Amino acid sequence: MKSCRTIYRSMRDALKSVVRNFSLSLASITCITITLVIIAAALLIADNVKNFTDEIEKDVTIVAFLDSDVDDQTKEDFETSIKKNTNIETFDYKSKEDVKEDMIKENETFSKVISGWDKDSNPLMDTYTIKVHDVSKIKSTAKEIESTKGVNSVQYGEGLVEKLVGVFNAIEKITFIAAGALIIVTIFLIINTIKLTIFSRKREIGIMRLVGASNLRIKLPFVIEGIILGIIGSIIPILVVVFGYSTMYDYFNGVLFSPVIKLVKPMPFVMNTSIIVLIIGMIVGMIGSARAVRRYVKV
Amino acid sequence: MKNVYKTYPNGVGAVFNLNLSVEKGDFVFIIGGSGSGKSTLIKMLYREEKPSRGEIILGGVNVGRLRNSKVYKLRRLIGVVFQDYKLLPKLTVYENVAFALEVTGVDSKQIRKRVIDVLDKVGLKHKAKEYPDKLSGGEQQRVAIARAVVNLPKILICDEPTGNLDPKISMEIMEILEKINKEYDTTILMVTHDLDIVKRMKKRVIALKEGRVVKDYKAGEFVSEKL
Repeated sequence: MKSCRTIYRSMRDALKSVVRNFSLSLASITCITITLVIIAAALLIADNVKNFTDEIEKDVTIVAFLDSDVDDQTKEDFETSIKKNTNIETFDYKSKEDVKEDMIKENETFSKVISGWDKDSNPLMDTYTIKVHDVSKIKSTAKEIESTKGVNSVQYGEGLVEKLVGVFNAIEKITFIAAGALIIVTIFLIINTIKLTIFSRKREIGIMRLVGASNLRIKLPFVIEGIILGIIGSIIPILVVVFGYSTMYDYFNGVLFSPVIKLVKPMPFVMNTSIIVLIIGMIVGMIGSARAVRRYVKV
Repeated sequence: MKNVYKTYPNGVGAVFNLNLSVEKGDFVFIIGGSGSGKSTLIKMLYREEKPSRGEIILGGVNVGRLRNSKVYKLRRLIGVVFQDYKLLPKLTVYENVAFALEVTGVDSKQIRKRVIDVLDKVGLKHKAKEYPDKLSGGEQQRVAIARAVVNLPKILICDEPTGNLDPKISMEIMEILEKINKEYDTTILMVTHDLDIVKRMKKRVIALKEGRVVKDYKAGEFVSEKL
């Protein structure tokens, strides 16, 4: 009952103080808004880069060519050994006849030559197209497959894939580190702004202490005020995320520069990002106020 | 108060070997010139400063041992009135007085009753909805007194409450303090250098000089003291 009253009174005081100190509140809100817009942009970019690299990695496959005289038993053994391998996601079998059909469709000039091949004269091999979970381990997985009985050779774009994966991982890490650094800088910026606004109320805090307000009773309204400022400050960034990103997505038709680079679909992506932005705003506002008041509640 | 010493971090000693005891319900004046240590003494009582040595016990609380986070408990046992009133400018008279009760978690009905009661006692019931800066100095000081006594403290500490007021208004304030002392049985410690008031009130008087007690007059004994 007593603590309910304290919380109720703290919320009432917080609202009062946001309104009665409106110019100071506006300073904090503006600061939060600007930095959150930047953070939101960083988050959108980072997630898109991650999505893009993931997409590319998904397309990376290992193709295993089987010996031309392989029998069904060996094929079955091969399939069970693939199923045991933890890094292999899916595999897809194509007999040399299927490969032939594919090639006929692909190339008109050769189609006549190729269609002349019958079952015995077909120089192609049975193949398995294999997708892996972790592209960075593709080299060892490919080696394992190659050493399996009945496998003639494997292909996975050696060298190129590894380089590509390395570059993507680096880009992904850099964007996330940049976003993280931005968040930290923002926190300090906002904390300082709130500190300045609270400094002007140092006397008020002193009087509250004097009449016997506990530290919690002094802090709570300020902390709630910080959360309110954070929420108000994240309104514009959230609008920017929701409408800005959707508009941009439509404008570019969901791809950037070339169809290879696909953008993340706006729904539910913008909602998730908005929630993250809101939470960052609230937490930063809260921490900012809590830290700022802490200095003044000490004797 | 036993063997209390206070030395500030910059090495200046303010209070030396102070021994004092004040009974419940007393009304005591503390007088002294600038630098006599009276401000330091008062600050130690409401735990704005900690004594460097010795012990201060106020209404059963060992003030020197009190942790920062528990200071508010002491402040609920005492009321403090200052020369510059220290009212919250953005709250009305009523809200200012009510704030002292709100922070203790009393329910709103009781707050209303007590605040109106105490405002009536200091004669400001009709100004409850005004903001402090609309009031005269004497009225503001009465609001401050109302706030200090609204939670019925055992001890009321007054730091030159009449310092900014003319003699006539000062006497009005003193009458209110006397009334509180009698009706609520509140112990009052009042720091002042207004010797006219001290002479008129005929109470116990403690004179400080350079951080030491130089004289302790019983009620009515005080005639004059060179500060």
